[in-house]
Amino acid sequence: MFVLEGQGVTKYFGGLAAVSDVDFHVDQGEIVGLIGPNGAGKTTLFGLISAALVPNSGTIRFKGENITGLRPHQICKKGLARTFQSVKVFSDMPVINNVVLGVHFGTSERVKAAQAANEADRLLEFVGLSGRAMVPAKDLTLVNQKLLEVARALATKPEVLLLDEIMAGLNSTEITQAMELVSKIRAQGITIFMIEHVMKAIMSVCDRIMVLDHGKKIAEGTPQEIATSKMVVEVYLGE
Amino acid sequence: MIQLSWASIRASKSYLIPGIILLLGLIVLAGLPSFGPKYSVIFLSTIFMYIVLTTGWVMFSGPTRQISLATAVFFGIGIYIAAILGKHMPLLVMVLIGGLASSVMALLVGSLTLRLKGVYFTIFTFGLLELIKNAINWYEVTFTGTRGRFVVVVDNNTIYLYMLAITVLTVLTAFLIRRSKYGLALQSIGEQEEAAAHIGINVTLMKVSIFAISAFFMGAAGAVMATRWTYIDPFMAFNMNYSFTPVLMAIFGGVGQLGGVVSGAIIFAYLEQILITKYPFYYMLVFGIVMVVSVLFLPNGLAGVVKNWRARTTGGRYVRT
Repeated sequence: MFVLEGQGVTKYFGGLAAVSDVDFHVDQGEIVGLIGPNGAGKTTLFGLISAALVPNSGTIRFKGENITGLRPHQICKKGLARTFQSVKVFSDMPVINNVVLGVHFGTSERVKAAQAANEADRLLEFVGLSGRAMVPAKDLTLVNQKLLEVARALATKPEVLLLDEIMAGLNSTEITQAMELVSKIRAQGITIFMIEHVMKAIMSVCDRIMVLDHGKKIAEGTPQEIATSKMVVEVYLGE
Repeated sequence: MIQLSWASIRASKSYLIPGIILLLGLIVLAGLPSFGPKYSVIFLSTIFMYIVLTTGWVMFSGPTRQISLATAVFFGIGIYIAAILGKHMPLLVMVLIGGLASSVMALLVGSLTLRLKGVYFTIFTFGLLELIKNAINWYEVTFTGTRGRFVVVVDNNTIYLYMLAITVLTVLTAFLIRRSKYGLALQSIGEQEEAAAHIGINVTLMKVSIFAISAFFMGAAGAVMATRWTYIDPFMAFNMNYSFTPVLMAIFGGVGQLGGVVSGAIIFAYLEQILITKYPFYYMLVFGIVMVVSVLFLPNGLAGVVKNWRARTTGGRYVRT
């Protein structure tokens, strides 16, 4: 049984099929990459998995259970968290409160305020934001806001984490750090499904890669297979 | 075992002195009918009414940033409950029913319309006010043959004490919610609704609940205040001023801080009472000028002025928001 799997997932925007009949699966403990040109439907697929969008057809299963049609907060409580491509931090709040909210509402357990603050502190340190806890989130750099989104998502104690382009706009040192962070998250037993354009990162960190183009899945395989696939090169280089 | 972190000890200390002052103030206010001048009781009841409406409005619209103009709807429902049930039951029961009826209304309206965003929600709430006002007017004229109703008369001291109690409960509720994780969640909904939903917050439930809680206090206040007017009709009960004035009071005081909201309501209500009695023809004009000036020069209301002043006197040190 796969921890996350989708069958025939389809989403139309007007007449345009943003995601068309896509099958996918993610195994427990894997890091799966999702790549494809701009407008291929990657973020839409993440939206469908996290229930921000409702598919026109197809089913999505989480640990064998059909989760299609649930609401976003229910998906999160089941153990599936996400970050956003265009950052959506709670900008007027101190950084730590962004994470505290995830601790309080991400699971069904009741957590005491002091305990939640400790947990949030620990997560900020984990992503490398300790010392910025009391700053309003809007005063963080874009890179740090992305890290804050990761900490906030981790606060909900996910089993599967969807990372939507956390490395976009990072310099090469920061990319190396982000790759380390992704490996550290996996080491905690969290399965990762990530969208990324930074090829260096995706090739070295992922166990398996899926390629979308025009809403369709055109290839899937190990980084090695994807890098040598003629079809993928054509899509990317337009030959 | 209770564990107190350093921050919470400091916080509880900083609440101790204002807490004692507040408590003493409340004892004096509660005893006022026995020693104060007769007019002060009536005067203060009106101020209490505005504190309840303004704090209630801020409870929902402050954190969620969705401007509601339904305050007069919930207040008016309380008034009508008093007019219909006042002769048949004790005052306390009537007030509770007034609050509950408004809450039920808020639940219905909220679950239907809180998906509406921004100005659409605001316009809807305003439309709702007109709809209910005219629907009741139509009903009264068609079926009872008279437009208005007489309300059971209650003495001024009882009205005063009820309003005081409702005010204390409203402000206390607002304070406790604001400090709780639910207050934080409401704020996150106002800032980034989508992200809030994706970290496990049931956005609709939170918004509808706080809308209904705030409506309870507005309805209860309406039920009490109705007994002072002895006669009401739909145009008095569902007067749009009860929707707009609380918004102005909150902006004048500063939506961000509860102290600002309450002082805004007190100062504005005081101003209104003085102006209406002394300059009945100019009071709307003065009101308008105060409003324009405060929007232009006090973007964060009175609370913002106090905060800036404190930041200056403490040498620009970090001030807790």
